[in-house]
Amino acid sequence: MRTLNRALALVLVLSAALTVGAAQAAEEAGGEHEGGGAIGDSWKHWEVKNEVENITSLQRGARNFTSYCLGCHSLKYMRWSRLADDLAIPEDQLDKLLLPPGDKPADYILSTMPQADAEAWFGKAPPDLSLMARSRGPDHLYQFLKTFYADPSKPTGVNNLFLENTAMPHVLSELEGVKTPVYKEVEVTGEDGKPHKEKVLEKFELTIPGRFTEGEYDAFVRDTVNFLDYVGEPVQVKRRSLGVWVVLFLIVFTWLTWLLKKEYWKDVH
Amino acid sequence: MATPATSYPKGFRGWLYKRLPVQEFVDDQLTGYYAPKNFNFWYYFGVLSLVVLVIQLLTGIFLTMFYKVGDATSFDSVEFIMREVSWGWLIRYMHSTGASFFFIVVYLHMFRAMLYGSYKAPRELLWLIGMAVYLALMAEAFMGYVLPWGNMSFWGAQVIVNLFGTIPGIGPGLVEWIRGDYGIADSTLNRFFSLHVVAIPLALILLVVLHLVALRRVGSNNPDGIEIKEKLGANGKPLDGIPFHPYYTVKDLVGVGLMLILFAIVVFFVPAFGGLFLETPNFEPNNPLSTPEHIAPTWYFTPYYAILRAVPDQRLGALLMFSSVLIWFFLPWLDRSPVKSMRYKGWMSRTALTVFVISFIALMYLGLLPAEGTYVILARIFTPLYFLFFLLMPIYTKAESVKAVPERLTYDAHA
Repeated sequence: MRTLNRALALVLVLSAALTVGAAQAAEEAGGEHEGGGAIGDSWKHWEVKNEVENITSLQRGARNFTSYCLGCHSLKYMRWSRLADDLAIPEDQLDKLLLPPGDKPADYILSTMPQADAEAWFGKAPPDLSLMARSRGPDHLYQFLKTFYADPSKPTGVNNLFLENTAMPHVLSELEGVKTPVYKEVEVTGEDGKPHKEKVLEKFELTIPGRFTEGEYDAFVRDTVNFLDYVGEPVQVKRRSLGVWVVLFLIVFTWLTWLLKKEYWKDVH
Repeated sequence: MATPATSYPKGFRGWLYKRLPVQEFVDDQLTGYYAPKNFNFWYYFGVLSLVVLVIQLLTGIFLTMFYKVGDATSFDSVEFIMREVSWGWLIRYMHSTGASFFFIVVYLHMFRAMLYGSYKAPRELLWLIGMAVYLALMAEAFMGYVLPWGNMSFWGAQVIVNLFGTIPGIGPGLVEWIRGDYGIADSTLNRFFSLHVVAIPLALILLVVLHLVALRRVGSNNPDGIEIKEKLGANGKPLDGIPFHPYYTVKDLVGVGLMLILFAIVVFFVPAFGGLFLETPNFEPNNPLSTPEHIAPTWYFTPYYAILRAVPDQRLGALLMFSSVLIWFFLPWLDRSPVKSMRYKGWMSRTALTVFVISFIALMYLGLLPAEGTYVILARIFTPLYFLFFLLMPIYTKAESVKAVPERLTYDAHA
């Protein structure tokens, strides 16, 4: 029975570990792969692999955000001063490079675009981005910002693979350029078992070049997503580094209690 | 029973002890309470539940200082706690992790009772009070889950509260009475807050105290399922018992330490636990116009949720779901075995318990997944298995042959 109990305890720990693993795997899993080197659905597996510990990346992300996003999107739970503290931005730099005219460091990071106007212009007010990285996940933000393409049928002239018929214009097209999709027909077996032709996205063609190369644009998006990940939970880096000490303390504490238990139980026969 | 001590210490302690039965309490309940000496790993989860309860009460008090209940303020105030209140993030993560840990330790505690027959006479009332604690805990967890007022809070409340609408006749009126409005609204949030921070915690504390008092009266069961009170030594204390304090207080401390290590790992490294402890759609404010892609309650409710969805008829499904919770109460009278512990029960009981545990975990997993295709079929296989464990119990516990129970506990001090 004692060994059975040990085995059961082990099973418990293992199943807990498996649950964490499965939860992560479930988050990573997406749609099916399309073969033949085409983009197809492969963008669904793009990962941003951002590092919230990288302060210079976060600083660049903050700059990107204020230059390109803040016009429409707010970070209503975030103060400029908190951002400056966490990202090691000196006060004069904050004032000179990031703070909009009239804003004070203690102010929340708010867009000046009136909500009612935004709704009239885009059909939907641009959402607050404070928690976007937490509710959607950084990978999805990355996929969204990387899959804008030209679509003349839309009022904004663009469409998006991740968020079809998005109301958001491609505000970064000045940097990335404009991509036009190239499709190819492939034979696929449908759910009814019969083969039929389907249009699959083969690749994007850069029809109007932007200021950035593909690599530079990718780095730009990664920094921006990294910044939004930080904004989603500003304390996360501190949380993890503090956690190491707390767990180490608890291990020592538990070891001491175990010694204490052993000492007391010497007289139980 | 407590008899006033004949001599008291000098000074303030003596002054106090003459006026308050501190000494008698310690003598009766701690050093004078004899517990079986062969408690194993499974006997940690009672005290661990108590530790988690204290964590929840303390962190809850601090959260209530900053949380602002209301349709327009709840979501913002939770983010305020996470970002601007000193250590608010830690308090909040401890509370949200504590909710899940509460159910982990309570489920393991219940499993222990099933493994060693701790619900059997003379401990039936102890089991019933424990089940009442479990019900109160479910209500507490559900209402707490609504308070952040995220999109899953809103839609989860919608689904769960509507279940009461399936009760014939009074259903629709009852749902309206619970919500205080025609939909899940500000009034619902306000009353859930009141119940979550005052009414149910009071009930929980009362029930937990009753659970402990009833335990002291009948004494702890043990892995052998033997009544140690039947073999007393010269001092009138059980031969196979040891004083709860200091032996089990120091031993429990080790268990508490081990749990706190796991607890800290979750709080500091994976507080959302892959969307299981804090669900991803709940990082979006509630939106009555946008349903989350897939509504699922938190993991500790999903076995019952899977049973609900396994039935095509909603009313029948709700009935089956409520029965699946309430059937636990009848356990002491369903088990007809002459022995308590699984150590001495026969192969049928062992198989039944194994199948039950597999069914419970499978239903838990299925309840997290969308109700479609194979998942529904699997839920329809495991739901009958879940019920058969209870319904066939009077038969298989009687039919099987059991092993002889030893006179004294099996305990090896050097293992």
